[in-house]
Amino acid sequence: MTGGAIGWWIVPLAVLGSAVRVSTPFLFVSLGECITEKSGRINLGLEGTLVMGAMSGYAVSYLSGSPWLGVLMAGAVGVVMGLLHGTICSLQRVNDIAVGIALMLFGVGLADYLGKPLIQPAAPQLPSINFAWWSSSPEVQNALKINELFLIGMALAPLLLWAFRATRWGLVLCIVGESADAARALGYPVIAVRILATCAGGFLAGIGGSFLSLYYPGAWSERISSGQGITAVALVIFARWNPKLCFYAALLFGGAGALGPTLQSVGVHGGYYLLNAAPYILTLLIMIITCSPKRTLVGAPAELSITK
Amino acid sequence: MVEETAAAIPAQRGGIVRRLHTIAARTAAEAVLVPLGALVVSLLLFGLFIAFAGVNPLAAYGYMAKGSVGSWFSVQNTLTRAAPLILTGLCTALPAQVGLMIIGGEGAFVIGGLFAAMAGVALLDASPLVAFLAMAAAGIAAGGTWVAFAGALRHWRGVNETISSLLLNYIAIAILNQLVEGPFRDPRSLNKPSSPSIGYDHMIGTIPGTEIHWGLVIGIVVCVLAYVLIRHTTIGFAARVTGGNLRAARMVGLPIGKLVMLTCFLGGAAAGLAGMIEIAAVQERASADLVTGYGYTGILVAFLARHNPLALIPVAVLLGGIGASGGLLQRHLGLPDAATVVLQGIIFVAILASEAVYGRIPWFKGAEASA
Repeated sequence: MTGGAIGWWIVPLAVLGSAVRVSTPFLFVSLGECITEKSGRINLGLEGTLVMGAMSGYAVSYLSGSPWLGVLMAGAVGVVMGLLHGTICSLQRVNDIAVGIALMLFGVGLADYLGKPLIQPAAPQLPSINFAWWSSSPEVQNALKINELFLIGMALAPLLLWAFRATRWGLVLCIVGESADAARALGYPVIAVRILATCAGGFLAGIGGSFLSLYYPGAWSERISSGQGITAVALVIFARWNPKLCFYAALLFGGAGALGPTLQSVGVHGGYYLLNAAPYILTLLIMIITCSPKRTLVGAPAELSITK
Repeated sequence: MVEETAAAIPAQRGGIVRRLHTIAARTAAEAVLVPLGALVVSLLLFGLFIAFAGVNPLAAYGYMAKGSVGSWFSVQNTLTRAAPLILTGLCTALPAQVGLMIIGGEGAFVIGGLFAAMAGVALLDASPLVAFLAMAAAGIAAGGTWVAFAGALRHWRGVNETISSLLLNYIAIAILNQLVEGPFRDPRSLNKPSSPSIGYDHMIGTIPGTEIHWGLVIGIVVCVLAYVLIRHTTIGFAARVTGGNLRAARMVGLPIGKLVMLTCFLGGAAAGLAGMIEIAAVQERASADLVTGYGYTGILVAFLARHNPLALIPVAVLLGGIGASGGLLQRHLGLPDAATVVLQGIIFVAILASEAVYGRIPWFKGAEASA
C-alpha cells in the first residue's frame, strides 16, 4: 500500500466496485425468486440452491476448464433443485415454506458432502471486462473490473419486467400467482406453471451460486454463502416483486455487504463482524419498515403464502 | 319393548365408544407409522446415495447402529447430543402451536450461551448454585427475547417470521464473534478468541455413573412442562386454536398478540437454555464453537415430532444417534462428515412429503374399515 492518502479517496469507488461484485449473487437469486413468487409460491430453499450452484459450477469449471460450462451446470443443478421443490410442494397439504427450509439444509449439506474434494484445486475463473482503461491506479482498476455475469443480470432485470407485462408466458404466470382458481377456469395448468416457475427460479439462483465460486470470492469453500440466498428472498419483498427494483435493491445490499471488507482493506478493523452482518441488519430493518400487518403489500401476488 | 330399547342403548353406546377408540388408536398409529415410513424411505435413499460413492449401504447401516446404540459409550454419545436438540426443537415446536414457523433456534442458542457466559464470568466468586441460576436466567431471558422479537415483528409489523428469525441467526453469530474478539475476550486466548472461563467449579456435572451431562434431564423436564402447557392448560388450548384457525381465534377474542409473544418467548427461552447448558456443561467459555448447528437440527426435530413436545424427546434421541454415528462413518467408510447432514436433509424432505399421505391410506381411518 502506498499510504492512507489514496486509500481514503478510493473508499467510495471501492465500495461501488465491490457493491457490484457482492450484489451479483443477490441479483440472480432475487430475479429467480421473483419469477417463482410471481407464480404464487415461495422458495426459501434458494440458499441451498445457491450453495449447490457454487459447488457444481466450480467442479465443472475445474474438470472441463471452461468456467461458462460451470455456469451452465450450476444453472442445471438449480433447475433440479427447483424441480424437487416444485414437485414436493405440489403434493397436497405440503407447505412451501417448510419444504424451502428442508431444501436449504439439504442443499447446504449435500454441497458440503460433494464439495470435499474441491477445496484444494483451483478452477478457471469467469472473465471480467475492464472499464478502467483510463486509469493506471491498481485500486481504480480493481474497482471497475466488472464481471460479465453482472452485466447479464443487469440486462435480465428489465427483460423480465417486460416479459411479466407483455408476453403471454408472463401473463399466465401472473394469473396463476394472483388467483389459482381464475387460472384453472381459463384452462391453464396451475401446478405445471408453478413447477416451471420454481425451476426457472432455481436456474437463476444456481447461476448466482456459480458467480460466488467462479468470480468472487472465487473459490469453493463450505461457508461460501452465509445467508445470501435468504437475504435475496427478503429482497424480493422489499423490491415489491418488480425485477427492475430487484436490481437496485441488489446493488444496495451489495453495498452493505461490501462495507466491511472495504473498510478493512483501508485499515479500519473495529466492528468487523458487525459490519459483515450489515446486509442482514439492513434486510431486517427494511422488512420492518416496508411490511404492515393491516394491508397486503402492494404488488404482492395474491396466492403467496408469505403475505397472506 | 321398553326394556329391550333400554338394554340396546348402552350396547349401542358401547359400540360407538369402541369405534371412537378404534379411530383414535388408528389416528395415533398413523401419526407414528407415517413418519416412521418416511424415515425408512430416507434411509433407503441415503443408502442409494452413498452406494453411488462406492460405499456399501449395509456396512453404513451397520456402523450407524453401532455408532448410535452399539455400546454404552455410543449410547452416552447419542444421549449427550440429544440433550440440546430436545430444547432447540422446542424453539420451532412451541411457536408452531400458534401457526408460526420459527427457524431461529440457532440464534437463540448462540445468544443464550453468550449471555449465560457473561453471567457466569461476572459471578465467578458467587456460590455454584447462585451462578447456575443466574446463568440459566441469563440464557433463558436472552434466548427468549431474541425469538420473541421475531414474534413481535410478525404480529405488529407483519414481517414474515421465518425470514426474520433466520436473519436473526446470522446477526446473533456476528454479535458473538464481535464480542469474543473484542470486549469480552480473554487476553490469554491467543489462537482462538474466546471469552474468559466461567470457572471449572461452576460447571454442571454429569449424571452419576454416566458421562451424560444434566442437560438431558433438564431438557426432558422442560419438554414435559411444555407438553402440559400446550395440552392441559387454557393458554395452550388458546394457542392451538390460534394456530388452527386464526380468524376463529380473532372472533372469540383470544389475545393473539400475547399468545404469539408467549410461545415465541418460551421457544427462544428453551433454545437459550440449551446454549447456557452448552456453556455450563461442555464448553466452559464462549467462542465461535458455540455455533454448533444444534439450532438447525432442532427445526428438523420439531417437524419430525409434528410439533408435539413429548414426541420431541424420542426424535431428538434418534437424530442425536445419527449425529453420533457420523464419526464411525467417517473413520471406517471414508464418508465426509457432512454425510449425516445429507441424511438429515433427506429425512426432512421425506417427512414433509409424507404430509400428503395422511388420510389417504384407508386402514388408518378406522371408521370405514370397521363399518
